[in-house]
Amino acid sequence: MKKIEAIIREERLDAVKKALEEKSYFGMTVSEVSGRGKQKGLSLQWRVGEYRVDLLPKLKIELVVLDEDVPPVIDAIISSARTGDAGDGKIFVIPVEMAVRVRTGDRNEAAI
Amino acid sequence: MPINTGDTAWLLMSSALVMLMTPGLALFYGGMVRRKNVLSTIMMSFACLGLVGLIWVLYGYSFSFGTDHAGIIGGVNFLGLNNVGQDPSSIYATTVPHLAFMIFQAMFAIITVALFTGAIVERVKFSALLVFSVLWLTIVYLPTAHWVWGSGGWLAKLGILDFAGGTVVHINAGVSALALVMLLGRRRGFPQDAMEPNNIPMVVLGAGLLWFGWFGFNAGSALTSGGLASSAFVATNVAAAAAAFTWMIISWIHKRPTVLGTVTGAVVGLVAITPAAGFVTPLAGIAIGAIAAVISYYGMVLLKIKRGMDDSLDVFACHGLGGIWGALATGIFATVSVNPAGADGLIMGNAMQLLKQLIGVISVGGFAFIMTLVLGKLVDKTIGLRVGQVEETVGLDISQHGERAYGGFLR
Repeated sequence: MKKIEAIIREERLDAVKKALEEKSYFGMTVSEVSGRGKQKGLSLQWRVGEYRVDLLPKLKIELVVLDEDVPPVIDAIISSARTGDAGDGKIFVIPVEMAVRVRTGDRNEAAI
Repeated sequence: MPINTGDTAWLLMSSALVMLMTPGLALFYGGMVRRKNVLSTIMMSFACLGLVGLIWVLYGYSFSFGTDHAGIIGGVNFLGLNNVGQDPSSIYATTVPHLAFMIFQAMFAIITVALFTGAIVERVKFSALLVFSVLWLTIVYLPTAHWVWGSGGWLAKLGILDFAGGTVVHINAGVSALALVMLLGRRRGFPQDAMEPNNIPMVVLGAGLLWFGWFGFNAGSALTSGGLASSAFVATNVAAAAAAFTWMIISWIHKRPTVLGTVTGAVVGLVAITPAAGFVTPLAGIAIGAIAAVISYYGMVLLKIKRGMDDSLDVFACHGLGGIWGALATGIFATVSVNPAGADGLIMGNAMQLLKQLIGVISVGGFAFIMTLVLGKLVDKTIGLRVGQVEETVGLDISQHGERAYGGFLR
């Protein structure tokens, strides 16, 4: 089992969900995050003068899948989240030791 | 004189309008600070409704508007509202109940104290602020209100014009704010850390309530409900409009037309027209408002950006500079064609009036500045004006009030 963590642009969420759903990956957790990368920040204005905001709002999608599902999930996220501009985000793949479904107590494959 | 019901209705309504300005100011200020200090900032204004509202009826009104002593201070004849009743005063607002005039004036004292708190938000100790506010109200506000508005006050006798409090409210608050900033110093992290406003829509709501309430402030200061009130009402609105529009354009020239800047401009225009509202034509109000926005904007650039002074919510640039400009502008644009009880200004050929206005600015501003330094130092040595490092880092909402503005994990 692997956990896929994808940091994406807010406005690509619907496209990413749709792309994953088409490949039957339905479950996920989404959170609002702030981050920075090569995109740099933007400059905002106070009454007078400016200040730099370099942590920009992004969304983080997390889903746990079987090892063999990792490549198609990554493909789906890349194809739906990419715009080609700086700030498109990152994907991380992390090993998962165990998964449990709270309702039934099922473990691992049965739980994801 | 018999009571005039129209005047009474308007003055009571105006008192309620001015009252609403203080919670309006609380939102205006509260939206501009970081989210850990929203409630504390709001509380600094709202608490004045309690504290100053009581002091005013106990002894404040008496020492400002009671029987004159040497032009410096009022007397004890109105202590605890003694002799202030349903019949009109023989001196002030003679067509309305004395109580109505008294409560109208109470609202001015309340918001004046609330105004200067904006300079020292996010680091001032609440208990020290309350003690300082009592001292400041008693030793700075009550005498200066008497000088300018009290029967027999020395600036009133000199012929200074202050229709609704440019000198008493705005210069007083603005200059005192500057002195407090010098005593307290900068917030931790200023100016290197970005301190983003937590809620600009709240700032806009506050500015809207201020603009709305300001009709009571300025048009109510006619103390009658006729032509003069109408003239002051229109002058007030155009000055706010001109200043808001001007600030928007300046901000646009530098980069983008910000909302925060535009509503700040409106408030600065309202400040500047305050002393002039019942002495100048509505068209003069456009000039007063537009010029006020330019002065205040570049004053802010100079103080905050160039000098690095942490007058956190720009009280001196908005109320000090706006108030000084308004007081002087009254001496430039005043005309007896608007108000026979006023005077002509520079444009009408009376340069003396401008000089009188300057004397008012220097005497009230100088007195407020020096006394604030003295009283502030006194409170700092005894109670301590500033919270500790941990309390400041945690935020004043939790450290001073045991609350947080946006708590809870469940929606």
